Amino acid sequence: MADIKQLAGPQSRRKFLAVGGGSTALAAFLAACGSDSDSSSTGTTAMSSGGGKSETAEFGKGDIGILNYALTLEYLETAFYADVVKSGLFKGADLETIRKFGSEEAEHVQALTQAVKSLGGKPAPEPKAEFPLKSAKSVLELAGTVENLGAAAYLGQAANIESPEVLASALAIHSVEGRHAAALNTLLGETITPDGAFAKPADVKTVLKSVEPFIVG
Amino acid sequence: MSDRVTTNEQFANPELAAVRIAEDSGDLSRSDVLLKGALAAGAVYGTLAVGPFVRKALAMTGSSDVDILNFALTLEYLESKFYEEAKSRAKASGELKSLVNLLASDEKQHVEALTATIKQLGGKPVAEPKFDFPYSGTSGFLKLAQTFEDTGVSAYNGAAPMIKSKEVLAAAGGIVQVEARHAAAIRLQNSEEPAPAAFDTPLDEKQVLKAVEPFLA
Repeated sequence: MADIKQLAGPQSRRKFLAVGGGSTALAAFLAACGSDSDSSSTGTTAMSSGGGKSETAEFGKGDIGILNYALTLEYLETAFYADVVKSGLFKGADLETIRKFGSEEAEHVQALTQAVKSLGGKPAPEPKAEFPLKSAKSVLELAGTVENLGAAAYLGQAANIESPEVLASALAIHSVEGRHAAALNTLLGETITPDGAFAKPADVKTVLKSVEPFIVG
Repeated sequence: MSDRVTTNEQFANPELAAVRIAEDSGDLSRSDVLLKGALAAGAVYGTLAVGPFVRKALAMTGSSDVDILNFALTLEYLESKFYEEAKSRAKASGELKSLVNLLASDEKQHVEALTATIKQLGGKPVAEPKFDFPYSGTSGFLKLAQTFEDTGVSAYNGAAPMIKSKEVLAAAGGIVQVEARHAAAIRLQNSEEPAPAAFDTPLDEKQVLKAVEPFLA
């Protein structure tokens, strides 16, 4: 993996990852221990299940909506890694890492599809996606962005999930996304914990806006 | 995706992979549907990765949030002490030295946050146990660090679905993602796969305590 590291300078641009906000829950938690909390809290993530429309309503009702939202993101990640593998930009150990991450995303797709069906829902369709694959470095940066965003997306939904079983499944995936993100950050020469000791969630709107440029139909 | 690794050695705790949900006595009622889906997904991939974690995650039913937080606090005490000591004991230099400092700082913040949250909930934080870490040198440190971080991820993933408060759950999610990031970074230092499996299997409290018992002085 050493060659990736050399390719990637520390001055990477994070165009898409504008994960601001942070949940009110986390803010309260941080306030409780005397840390600075993010003042621009959008506060919709952790507490939105209580009444009103759920954040993921466009993907389905309740847990089905959340699972389909996650499924859509996993489809994008899977397609992204598949395109990267095909691009020929990576080889050797780097290619193996990318392949491995891609295969794990594909397993997430399978598991989420099954879970949606088990709950009696209709799995979200696979979006058509296109990713800019110009150079190894820009691809790695995009991968880092996507994985950090993916981890934040799961975290943003965890407290909205009603079924403990669905939650257990989502958590088992969430931490793997966190692992991917940290590995890519390491390769990019960036900190493994960009949010500090407490990872911040991302709300649905932020996440969808970030992936929108890659969806072509 | 052709060379997917699905062996049981990929699990943080290999015995977990052998756990078969069907053999457990059934108080799962509502979760049966999802378990079947999870097992189906596991069958497709020749692994029970999806299965055991659901069962394990249900094992802490009945615990209060304070109980769960105190359980987490015990683990964070262990990690915090481990990295604090490692600053002088692990003989780390360069990149690894920075990583040790980062991890020490993160774990310390987790201890503080959990302590404050337990108090906020009207509970009494457990006292810090005395620890004894039997390792020598950098490689000994790294090996133990990997065990602790992977166990930490599995412990949070196992306990989190039982958390009743959405705020506490969101906060725990923010911590477990950071533990996963630590695990990935430490694994890279050990030249191991940062994310060895598509799902981070949960451990129940008993298993976690068994895993950390050797380090209680």
